[in-house]
Amino acid sequence: MAEGMTWTVADGDQLTQAEIYGEVLSQLGDKYPEIIALTADLAGSTKIGRFGKKFPDRFINVGIAENTMFGMAAGLAMAGFTPVVSTFAVFTALRSAEQVRTDICYQNLNVKIISSHAGLSFGQAGSTHHCTEDIAVMRSFANMIVIVPADGIETGNAVAAAMEWPGPVYIRIGRGFEPTVHTTQDYGFEIGKAVTMRDGSDVTLIGCGVGVKHCMQAADVLQQQGLSARVIDMHTIKPIDKEAILKAVMDTRRIITVEDHNIYGGMGSAVADVIVEAGKACAFKKLGVPDAYSIVGYPEDLYHYYKFDADGIVETVSELMKMEIEEDEDWEDET
Amino acid sequence: MPLSKDEIKMLNSKAQEIRKKIVDITFTAGGGHVGGSLSQTDVLVALYYKYLKIDPSKPDWEDRDRFILSKGHGGLGWAAILGDKGYFDTSLLKNFNKTGSPFGMHLDSLKVPGCDASTGSLGHGLAIATGLAKGAKLKGKKWKTCVMVGDGELCEGSNWEAAIIAARNKLNNLIGFVDRNKNMIDGPTEEISQLEPLADKFVAFGWNVMSIDGHDMAKIGEAIEKALKSRTKPTMIICDTIKGKCVDFMEDDPTWHYGGLDSDKRDQAFECIDKYYSKIK
Repeated sequence: MAEGMTWTVADGDQLTQAEIYGEVLSQLGDKYPEIIALTADLAGSTKIGRFGKKFPDRFINVGIAENTMFGMAAGLAMAGFTPVVSTFAVFTALRSAEQVRTDICYQNLNVKIISSHAGLSFGQAGSTHHCTEDIAVMRSFANMIVIVPADGIETGNAVAAAMEWPGPVYIRIGRGFEPTVHTTQDYGFEIGKAVTMRDGSDVTLIGCGVGVKHCMQAADVLQQQGLSARVIDMHTIKPIDKEAILKAVMDTRRIITVEDHNIYGGMGSAVADVIVEAGKACAFKKLGVPDAYSIVGYPEDLYHYYKFDADGIVETVSELMKMEIEEDEDWEDET
Repeated sequence: MPLSKDEIKMLNSKAQEIRKKIVDITFTAGGGHVGGSLSQTDVLVALYYKYLKIDPSKPDWEDRDRFILSKGHGGLGWAAILGDKGYFDTSLLKNFNKTGSPFGMHLDSLKVPGCDASTGSLGHGLAIATGLAKGAKLKGKKWKTCVMVGDGELCEGSNWEAAIIAARNKLNNLIGFVDRNKNMIDGPTEEISQLEPLADKFVAFGWNVMSIDGHDMAKIGEAIEKALKSRTKPTMIICDTIKGKCVDFMEDDPTWHYGGLDSDKRDQAFECIDKYYSKIK
């Protein structure tokens, strides 16, 4: 374990986000005796059950009753515990949105929510189990921190960071073998601070979750085409790293956002808010799930179908490169 | 030990005082959830002036008993009691419902000392109380969690999720009260929905259940003392109450779920309350 690190996982690149989450939470359980883990009949699927095996007395499976689970989490937080709650993203953000908002966020309670199977990561299950709305929902709740880790290693870092954050945190992870993008865990993860994965000057690709990997793959292809792409891992959607966004606008003048979420209200919208409010011209495109209920399929096929995989990103970059961006003479002075 | 005659007298006298405060706040606020505030009063008075272990000078005292008003629209009646107990300066209640006041219709736990949970959206309180009661068990703490739910609120399915889980976790430190005033906004509960047989439902869910007259201090005390002795089950005390209790022109009239009072109506309500208590003293 590197100095200052609170968790360690061997073969992190061979494990799913959820597997790393379950393992990291179990390790954090020693350091934080106030953690109580809750799930609603998804101990195995979300991997929170790993904590339950290690700490059976600090684990509550409420059965298939998400609303009561989040209400109980509020009560447990009021009693001085740090509840960590896991179910599928669609149940957290849609079925139990009101409990999360009114019982937890309104009272600013110290509850950590790690939701799996987000976006189209459970592609074969169909839209009842997809969740392409949770970022939009969660970032509209005052007091809520919203984190979308790029891979398993970042999931471990996010969970560890959430424990040190006083107040509600929502962490969104996928279902399966989201490929790894971070090679070590000590790259300086900080809530609200984006990670520049590679620098570039022609275009900036801002990703979150599985989108970061897609951006990295696209950047490789673009490099072969003679284009230099900056890739930003925007793991924290709220509070968002305005500085990193505006620097990218200034340096590259072309921004593409990539996320496994509805293009309305997600990370791309959060980035757009920052750009528009700064009043700076740039070419901008949000990639993600269009405003539709997804077709069924393997996640990687769906990412391709909806054009937010590497191919889709490269195609979009070539469109943006054709756009003329008006020069802004005052730009340098203002920033 | 059953309530003594003196205790019953004291509690009734307090309930009379609180009912008049409810009427007064309804008058100054320009309107309020007066019907349900009046129906819940006797149980809340019994809890706050006899059974809850609390210290208003230390609202965050860890070992205090917890109370959650799941029927958050009773916040006006609850605030009258919290103010009287000394959690805050009662003059603040003159601003109830006013812009910038700490007191909206539904109390906010971050703004109102003594309010353990922000409620108002129905069907939430029983789950929060279940979490608090489970938390006490996990911590090995002796404090009890009391929660009052409205009867109309029991249409919400989340209550029945919590009912299953509280019984499953053997939360004998959880005491629920149903303010069974038999009315919701649009009319009688049994016309709009079908809550009966309500006691049987909680029995079937594994609860210790009692049905009492929710305006009879002796019976309320008896039921709470019995609940405190429950060994493995959470308790639900179904309190038969009258919406608008003590104010004859409000009693059992769902239109008084929320209403306003002019000074004549306010004085008329005061008279009704005094008349009622002159008979039972």
